[in-house]
Amino acid sequence: MLIRILICTLAGWSGFFVMGVELLGGRLLAPSFGSSIYVWGALITVFMLALSIGYLLGGRLSLRAPSLAKLGVLLLLAALTTLPVLWLAGAPLDSLSIAWPDPRWGSLLAAATLFFVPTVLSGMVSPYCVRLLVEDAGRSGQRAGLLYFVSTFGSAAGTILTSFYLVLWLEVNQILLTLIGISVLLAIGAILIGRARHV
Amino acid sequence: MFKRSCALAVLTLLCSGTAHAQMKLVHSERSLVREVLVYDYAGQRCLCFTRECRLGRQSCEWLNGSHEFTMGYARMMLGASLYMNPDPRRILVIGLGAGILPTALVKVLPEAQIDVVEIDPAVTKVARRFFGFKDNERLRVFEEDGRKYVKRAAREGKRYDLIMLDAFEHAYIPEHLLTREFLIEVKSLLAPGAVLAANTFSSSRLYDHESTTYAAVFGQFYNLRHDNRIILVRPDGLPEAAIIAARAVQLHPVLKPYGVEADLPDLFNRKPDWDTKARVLTDQYSPANLLNQ
Repeated sequence: MLIRILICTLAGWSGFFVMGVELLGGRLLAPSFGSSIYVWGALITVFMLALSIGYLLGGRLSLRAPSLAKLGVLLLLAALTTLPVLWLAGAPLDSLSIAWPDPRWGSLLAAATLFFVPTVLSGMVSPYCVRLLVEDAGRSGQRAGLLYFVSTFGSAAGTILTSFYLVLWLEVNQILLTLIGISVLLAIGAILIGRARHV
Repeated sequence: MFKRSCALAVLTLLCSGTAHAQMKLVHSERSLVREVLVYDYAGQRCLCFTRECRLGRQSCEWLNGSHEFTMGYARMMLGASLYMNPDPRRILVIGLGAGILPTALVKVLPEAQIDVVEIDPAVTKVARRFFGFKDNERLRVFEEDGRKYVKRAAREGKRYDLIMLDAFEHAYIPEHLLTREFLIEVKSLLAPGAVLAANTFSSSRLYDHESTTYAAVFGQFYNLRHDNRIILVRPDGLPEAAIIAARAVQLHPVLKPYGVEADLPDLFNRKPDWDTKARVLTDQYSPANLLNQ
């Protein structure tokens, strides 16, 4: 039961993390690419594409000796690959927008550079969690439904908290660091518990 | 089907009531960003971004051909900018609206070259078709994000004698156009003796943050508060009140047809009337819309 709650927490947090980062991505791209609909379109495209690929890869990975510790590693990698965003926004994005003056392709390339890898890794979390939660085929739909619920609910929470409150209290990089920090702590917790209990 | 559309028509009439009875929708232009609406109302033609036009009306002009500005902020922007710098040759306007300010500038300043930046091509289209806006070699429109334009212009070494920032709506502020970094970029476009005039808000918590942000980049500035708020900046030093008053008298014959009042110099104020400890807005911290609730 405890393990199940932990898995759901990780999936929910991963959803929160993805949407928090996506919204802040809009903030980070605006000074270099503007805030037109193209920029949001590019950003959402990159996140959706990365998630879709992540789902495939996460499912594939779950075939080989799935464990809670490995799930923790996925979450950890998603957090660590978000770190470069803290330094890449600003002058490097300006150079990119000079090299690619077209507002659509320029912002697409920028969004992909910053967010593609961490979002693929975040996408891998959900199907991997399903594998860890499902014990028999008869309940697989119910467990998958639970997983969709917690991860999408987490996304909703990440969206509203970031856009309504967090940006009012903290700087963009401070929010990113907080999100990364929470991910790292949860990941380490999952790895330690997974190792100790062999799940 | 007929019955249903009848019911709908009755409902619309009931809901809109008498207040909207004379408001006539002339045109609706769909754009990537929103809907751009043109209304005729009480002898005026207005460009709006919301169906509830009086809340979000952008700019209006008289239907009888009078040049007089119908909106106070436009009178303040035109008059106050020219009191600060009476003969600007190179002008940048960020935010076209119905094109009323650039059109007046072309007429008042026959020597000036005016560049306008407008993010929404639908706005340019509507300004040309319904508000008699005419762009040409002297009055050019660049259709792109204001921040991107400013960055590029700075790289190309462009300089302006007057920059007008008029890109804010009541419903939405482009937050990347109200940060310290953006104002530093704008400052780099100002030629010696040049002036920046920004049309913004006079209420809400944002007032304090906007003020400290401008102060952080420019130091002192003139602050004109009426319905709107106009911030006037001159990095090479603000002209004294006596000079402003003298220029107002001198320019009165030219500006009177636009409705610029003779007592506009009375609104010039450089005393801080805001919370000077309010956090400066930056690219990292720019919740302008949340602060403007």
